[in-house]
Amino acid sequence: MSEELKDLRIESSPQIRHKDTTSKIMWAVIIALLPSGIWGVINFGWYSLVVIAVSIITAVALEYLFCRVLDKGSLLDGSAILTGLLVAYNMPPNVVLYVPIIATAFAIAVVKWSFGGLGANWINPALAGRAFVFFSWTGAMTTWTAPRSWAAISGASVDSVSSATMLSTVKTTLLDFSGTVDGPAQLLIDQGYLVSNFAQNISSWFSGTLNWDISPIHVDLFLGNVSGCIGEVSALFLIIGGIALFKKKIITWQIPLSYIGVFTILVWIFGGLDYGTGYFSGDIWFHLFSGGLMLGALFMATDMVTSPTTPKGMIIFGAGAGFLTFLFRIYGSLPEGVSLAILLMNIFVPMIDRYIVPVRFGTKKKRGAA
Amino acid sequence: MLKEFTKGIFKENPIFVILLGLCPTLGVSTMVINALGMGAGVIFVLTFSNIFVALLKDFIPTKVRIPSYIVIIASFVTIVEMVMHAYMPSLFASLGVFVPLIVVNCIILGRAEGFANQNGVLVSILDALGMGIGFTLSLLLISLIREVLGSGTITLFAMGSFDGVIEIPLLFNAPMRIISLSAGALLVMGYLKAFFNWYSSRARG
Repeated sequence: MSEELKDLRIESSPQIRHKDTTSKIMWAVIIALLPSGIWGVINFGWYSLVVIAVSIITAVALEYLFCRVLDKGSLLDGSAILTGLLVAYNMPPNVVLYVPIIATAFAIAVVKWSFGGLGANWINPALAGRAFVFFSWTGAMTTWTAPRSWAAISGASVDSVSSATMLSTVKTTLLDFSGTVDGPAQLLIDQGYLVSNFAQNISSWFSGTLNWDISPIHVDLFLGNVSGCIGEVSALFLIIGGIALFKKKIITWQIPLSYIGVFTILVWIFGGLDYGTGYFSGDIWFHLFSGGLMLGALFMATDMVTSPTTPKGMIIFGAGAGFLTFLFRIYGSLPEGVSLAILLMNIFVPMIDRYIVPVRFGTKKKRGAA
Repeated sequence: MLKEFTKGIFKENPIFVILLGLCPTLGVSTMVINALGMGAGVIFVLTFSNIFVALLKDFIPTKVRIPSYIVIIASFVTIVEMVMHAYMPSLFASLGVFVPLIVVNCIILGRAEGFANQNGVLVSILDALGMGIGFTLSLLLISLIREVLGSGTITLFAMGSFDGVIEIPLLFNAPMRIISLSAGALLVMGYLKAFFNWYSSRARG
């Protein structure tokens, strides 16, 4: 917007000034994401830091180029760094470096700048970048590094097959499974899936002192002692970051809560069917903490550009994403569906915004009118 | 007269300017040989349907002209289909349903309705050839990009000791698979269209 037009901006009422700027929000999200990334580097080794660095450098370089050529936008708003960071968080730790580079380039050049830069993209750039490379180099995107804690387990042989994520192990095991088993956690233990010594200790402590039966699989998932993408493994650190953002009022409760809520209810009702335990027996904790659900629901689906503007719309958006994630994860052919679910709901955002119109400020809602 | 021929290639390019025939374009443009086969089929059908429509335009009642055009087009598509099935079975298999679908290709019906039924035979032939070549060239461009990026190969006819497949060194081992999926078709198509729009707007000044 040119200088003289700046005072003529028209926004929908009520017009309230807010001190939050784009760059403040972006940097807050980056900081909230940091703990999870640091954990990723600790868990998977220095190479994952290289992946993060390469993604951010690619994002910033391309952003600089587009800002210069198109003479708009600003490098300092932090949005490019955030996109690069999020792309890296969605990469397996040992990925070949051209994959994050191309994913970031796709995110910045195609998804963001082809449609007009910051605020004009209609799907989440980082997720679109991930989807692009996922369907291009599926092999590189589904080979995982064993988490650090596995090295301490004696007599364990760790290779790229055994370090498949829990979700993909469950998916492949269920393909020719008939019988009854007590949920995915028990299925994984029966399969000989490795759990860290730490989780074993915690689990036996809980069952010993408090008489609570907590599977070590759940403990590992919650803390992040599992294989997976760099930034998605630790539900704990992601939840901490999410709560911090919520406290700073950068994200609202509508999207994460409706997303996770709908997903949890559906998993609870239907999630047990594959394990032969009938309805209302799904393992909700396993599905909540595994895969990219926390990263997706707290940081990706809440992206301001690609989510609805009204609270009601946000609830519909989150519920839809939760429903789709459930469908993809439980019944789809891929083990995980968070990114695709959010991308699909991103496409519905203009429609949601069109039909969910807020009541105009100062007018009364008509009785009986929707 | 020559303008009727060249307009189909550049100024009124069926794919990039008037956006006709997009369904086969997006569907078959995964391999260069598909584009060549499809292009040849469309040129043949387009030329002969234009000739016959131009010849019969005074005898066809206006009210039933569309069904009549479809009958003419379908006859030639059947010829193409049978010839391709008999002499190029592998190409026929890889084009699949898109060969019989030439019947409803908008370019052919569009030219019959929009050009051949108002013009003479000779001009209609030139128009058909121009449009057909324009379609083939655009399809070739899209499939070349999609096959090189998406599969790392360029597939042509097998001749002698040459098996018809050129492998691109680096891309062959790790191709950008999504470009040969349908999402890639739309991406490549969109960016080429954007490029041509930009180019023509710049040329116009």
